[in-house]
Amino acid sequence: MTTPSLSAILMAPVNAVMRMIDVPLRRLQKATGIGGMAAFFLAPNMLIFGVFVLLPLVINFVYSMTGGTAFFLSERDFIGGQQYSRLFQCQNYLDPMSCQEDAFWTAVGNTFWFVLLQVSLMILTALITALILNRELAARSFWRAVFFFPVLLSPVVVGLIWKWILQRQGLLNFGLYQFGLDPYTWLTDRNWTFAATIGVSLWAHMGFYALIILAGLQAIPKDLYEAAEMDGTKPARVFWRITLPLLAPNLLVVVVLALIKSVQVFDEIYVLTGGGPGTSTLFLTQYIYETGFASALRNPGLAAAASILMGGVLVVLTLIQLGIGKRGENKGKR
Amino acid sequence: MGKVARFILRRKGGQGWHWTDIVTWFWLVGGLIIMFGPAIWLVFSSLKTPAALAEFPPSILPYVTQQVTVEGHDKPLMLYNAKMPDGSTRVLAEVRRIGLVAQMVDPKAPAEIVRVNINDRTPVRTMSFATENYTQPFVHFDFLRYLWNSVFVTVVATLITLVVNSMAAFALSKYEFKGRSIAMLVILATLMVPLSVIMVPLYSIISTLGLFNSLWGVILPTVATPTGVFILRQYMLTIPDELIDAARMDKASEWQIYWRIVLPLTAPALAVLAIFSVVWRWNDFLWPLIVLSRRELYTLQVGLSIYSGELNVQWHFILAMTVVTMIPVVLVFIFLQRFITTGIAGTGLK
Repeated sequence: MTTPSLSAILMAPVNAVMRMIDVPLRRLQKATGIGGMAAFFLAPNMLIFGVFVLLPLVINFVYSMTGGTAFFLSERDFIGGQQYSRLFQCQNYLDPMSCQEDAFWTAVGNTFWFVLLQVSLMILTALITALILNRELAARSFWRAVFFFPVLLSPVVVGLIWKWILQRQGLLNFGLYQFGLDPYTWLTDRNWTFAATIGVSLWAHMGFYALIILAGLQAIPKDLYEAAEMDGTKPARVFWRITLPLLAPNLLVVVVLALIKSVQVFDEIYVLTGGGPGTSTLFLTQYIYETGFASALRNPGLAAAASILMGGVLVVLTLIQLGIGKRGENKGKR
Repeated sequence: MGKVARFILRRKGGQGWHWTDIVTWFWLVGGLIIMFGPAIWLVFSSLKTPAALAEFPPSILPYVTQQVTVEGHDKPLMLYNAKMPDGSTRVLAEVRRIGLVAQMVDPKAPAEIVRVNINDRTPVRTMSFATENYTQPFVHFDFLRYLWNSVFVTVVATLITLVVNSMAAFALSKYEFKGRSIAMLVILATLMVPLSVIMVPLYSIISTLGLFNSLWGVILPTVATPTGVFILRQYMLTIPDELIDAARMDKASEWQIYWRIVLPLTAPALAVLAIFSVVWRWNDFLWPLIVLSRRELYTLQVGLSIYSGELNVQWHFILAMTVVTMIPVVLVFIFLQRFITTGIAGTGLK
């Protein structure tokens, strides 16, 4: 007699349940045949998908064409494209304040500048980090982990950490004080707050993109570099002629991925600034959330219309990504 | 010292330092400070008393000014090192401050009042950890409740994710059937449907199902992750079909094949998905914020953001709760970071 291992004891009840499930499933299998069981295995996932992803996607279009404050579709009136025309009603398309929904256009403008600045800085810093991590380093996995650390933190924690650092008695002002500079209330200044949102989101997500770029760098065949070294090629030339061209497909995927995430920016910024001061850091997702749920004059139809417009942008970006991915795959097959 | 420096600065093959080496070390050390610094600052701050938190300039480590009870004074008095006119220093307790002059007493001889210029005295401080920041939230807020809610959501959602996703991945990798590629396409297409695009109709569906203000309303919409199906399917494709055919010959049912053969062989991929799922669900914020409006149902993330948004922010509690919220993720980081980084590098998905 051998004593059963701990895992065997722990798994015993689970195995018993699985054996019990097996009895009706054998009957089902007899009725449907082996191929029919595929539908059974697929069913739970597809059901949840259908109810919580596909169905909302379809209803969203209906929502965007109804008015009123009620949430149940049956209690809402059909108003056609009025929500969309409300979003687009502007006297001057270059001035958000002249629009009926000025908050929407402010959010669009803020999101545009945020995406532009954040993604370009993100790619630049992530590329530098990846290039450095790809060098021959002592304790490389440690350094990789250093840059990856904030990626795992929750957005709420990220927002609170930085709110604490940027406040009046915070670490940043302490640093300035050491250099004899005056403390400043960073989060009450429109421009500084906007800069802070970019900095904080860089801090939180850069490691993720650096990791993907690093994987791309490591996929470049080493013999190319050895050949270049034998030819006495200068490092700068190696970078422009070998590294960058071979990294390009990977880098493009990263750019699009960063764009998609950046357009949806919300969590950490909402905790950090709440969209303020004023509306200086109000971004699209927060506009949708507040229009749909949080504000006293909530308007789910309007929020749905805005979310569909945002979804359109994301679909275009994703299709670009899939296109790039396919081209990369074909290249890989050769 | 010189030996150590030479060892650290030593380069492979005995070459000299190139400017790129300097940039490298500048970037790495700067990264170390910038990436870990804020979190360490948070931990130190969370151990400070409210009085120490309000100080500027702040001290790095949590210090408190020492106090003594002196005969003839009801309240405890602050202790200071006071510089006397004759150049000596004495430890005195401050009774009151009038303009630029502090009236102080020697704790051993409380009768005599000494007048000291306030610039000539510095507080006597000792390091002290305000652990009540960590214990009080369990009493004052429903902190234990939030913790439990977060753990419940994370564990249940991860378990359901593993079962449901692995079943779908099994069907999509080991069976030939009509519509298989369409099913795969639909699943991958949902990658581009983020929550921010469907939150209004999703909310109405959750309300219709009676899941508003219920933890199940937080859990269910998140469990059918396309990423999970994708990772598991890729892995299951590498399991040889002969194994399954042999089991069928031995009269194993399809469920047994899934449970006894395919799942154990998929363990590494399941582990990666489990780690991902725990981090995702623990960190979820926007959707719980929408679904949960009753205080006793808040998850940690929602509770933290609500309390930190209040007018009178009790930072000493918020900081301590933030540290507690960070702990599971830091544990994952320390012990399981390798799995995550290889998972991301392999799939490009987060």
